[in-house]
Amino acid sequence: MEIDPLIFRLSIFILSIFVGYYVVWSVTPSLHTPLMSVTNAISSVIIVGAIIAGLSGNSDSVFNNSSIFGFLAIALAAINIFGGFLVTQRMLAMYKKKKKDK
Amino acid sequence: MISANLSALFYLVSGVLFILALRGLSSPETSRQGNFFGILGMIIAVTVTFLSTGNFSSGFIFVLIFILVGGSIGAFIAYKIPMTAMPELVAGFHSLVGLAAVFVAISAFLNPEAFNLGKPGNIKLGSLIEMSIGAAVGAITFSGSVIAFLKLQGIMSGSPITFKGQHPLNAIILISIIVLIYFLCTTQSSNLFWILLVVSFLIGFLLIIPIGGADMPVVISMLNSYSGWAAAGIGFTLENTALIITGALVGSSGAILSYIMCKGMNRSFFNVILGGFGATDDASNSSSKEQRPVKSGNADDAAFLMKNASSVIIVPGYGMAVAQAQHALREMVDTLKKNDIKVSYAIHPVAGRMPGHMNVLLAEANVPYDEVFELEEINNDFANADVAFVIGANDVTNPVAKTDPQSPIYGMPVLDVEKCKSVLFVKRSLSPGYAGIDNDLFYKENTLMLFADAKKMTEDITKNL
Repeated sequence: MEIDPLIFRLSIFILSIFVGYYVVWSVTPSLHTPLMSVTNAISSVIIVGAIIAGLSGNSDSVFNNSSIFGFLAIALAAINIFGGFLVTQRMLAMYKKKKKDK
Repeated sequence: MISANLSALFYLVSGVLFILALRGLSSPETSRQGNFFGILGMIIAVTVTFLSTGNFSSGFIFVLIFILVGGSIGAFIAYKIPMTAMPELVAGFHSLVGLAAVFVAISAFLNPEAFNLGKPGNIKLGSLIEMSIGAAVGAITFSGSVIAFLKLQGIMSGSPITFKGQHPLNAIILISIIVLIYFLCTTQSSNLFWILLVVSFLIGFLLIIPIGGADMPVVISMLNSYSGWAAAGIGFTLENTALIITGALVGSSGAILSYIMCKGMNRSFFNVILGGFGATDDASNSSSKEQRPVKSGNADDAAFLMKNASSVIIVPGYGMAVAQAQHALREMVDTLKKNDIKVSYAIHPVAGRMPGHMNVLLAEANVPYDEVFELEEINNDFANADVAFVIGANDVTNPVAKTDPQSPIYGMPVLDVEKCKSVLFVKRSLSPGYAGIDNDLFYKENTLMLFADAKKMTEDITKNL
C-alpha cells in the first residue's frame, strides 16, 4: 500500500519541531529580541504561497477576486521579510565585545 | 520551469538555511552569519517559486512591484525604528504574518485550482482542513497582535480589560471555531468560511484584551508561536516543505520563549492567558497602605556613594526604556570605570516588554555584551557588591517574592538586590509596580531612593562624579 504524502509532510513537521526545540534552547538569552525579529522574517516565507496565488490570474485579467488577495499577501509578507531581516541585522551589529584594556 | 521534485529539494535547502539562521543566534559572534543564512534561504525560496510557476507574464511584473513596494516600506521601518520601540515593531510584524496567512488561505479557497487542491466547492478534504486551521490561527494572530501593538504603543490602556462572563464567552467562541471547521469541511460552504474568519478575528481580540501591559513578554512570544503555526498550516495546504519547516521552527521558538517568560514570573501559562493579574489583590494592598519612612536622596548623594564603591551592579528595567536612559547610563558607567570601579549589569528574564528587550537597549548604547549578565549568572554577586543601581525596575527586585507566601509574586525569581551594601533606586514616585504590590526594598535601611526621571537623574549623577 502507498503511503500518503501527507504522512511524509507530517514527519517533516514533527521533526522540525524537535529541531526548533533544541536550536532555540541554545540561543543565548541576550539575543532573544533578535530571535523574535528573525523568526518573524523567516515565517514570512509564506510569500511563496502568496506568489502562487498572485500569479493564478490569467493573462487577460491579472487581478481577479482570488489573485488580489495573493498580491496583498505579497506586499504584507515583503514588509516583514525586508523589515525583519534588516532590523535584525541592525540589532546584531550593535552587539560588541569589550575592547581590550589598553 | 523546473520540475516539482527539484523545487521541493530547493525548498528543503532553504528550510535548512533557516535552521542555521536560528542556530547562529547561539552567540553574538555567529549571529550575523546566521542572519545571512536566513536571507539566503529566503532568496532561494522566492526564486524557486518563480521558476516553478514558469509564469513570467504581466502578472509577474505586478508580483515584483508588490514585493518592491512592501520591501521598501519594510526597509524604511527597519532603519527608522528606535530600539526602544522594538516590542511594538515585533507585535506589528506578527500581525502582518497572520494577515498574510489569512489572505493566502482566502485566495486558495476562492481559486483552489491554482494550488492543485481541487475545484471551488469541491476542495480536497485534507487541504480544506489544513486551510481552515491555517486561516483561523492566522486571523487570531492578526487581531491579537494588533491589540498587543495598541497596548504597547500606549494607544490602548495597558491595564487588563475584564468583564463578567469573559471566560465562558471565550470558551464558547473557541468551541464554535472547531464546530465551524467541521461543518465547513462537510459542506464546503463559502459562507461558513467567512464566518470562521470573522469569529477567529474576534477571539484573537478577546484573548488579548484582558492581559496586562507587563505580561506583554509572554503575549508577544505566544503570538510569535501562533504566527509559526499559521505558516505551517498554510505550508501543509500548499504542500511546501520550506513553509512547514519554518512554521514548526517559529512555532516551537515562540513556545519556548513563552515558557521562559512564564518561568521568569513564576506563573503558569494559563494564569497569564486568563489575564486580569494585579486587578484583585486587595489583601496585600491594604496591609501596605500605612506610611513607612523612606530615605530619599539627590544626585550628589548617589555620586558620593558610587565614587566610594569598588563594585557597582546596575539593574535596568522597563522604566529605563521609557525614559530612554540607556545612553546616559552608559556615560555614567564610563565615568565610574575611569575611577577603577567594577561595573556589571544584571538582567531579569522579564525586564522590559519583550524577551531580551534590555539587552538590545544596552547594546544600542554600546555596552559590551560581556558586561551584561543574566539572573542566575549574577545573583550571587550582589552580596559582594557595594552599590546596586536600580533604574526603572521594580517588581523583579522585590524581596517579598522570597519572604511572603501571601504575596501574589511569591516564588517569582528575583534579583537579590537587597544583599548589596547599599541600594540606589531611581524611580519617579513610590507608586507600586504593575503587580500592584509595595516593594519592601524601598524601606530598607540601606536603600536610598532617588525620585526623578531616570535619564535626568543619571545625567546629574555623572556631573557629580
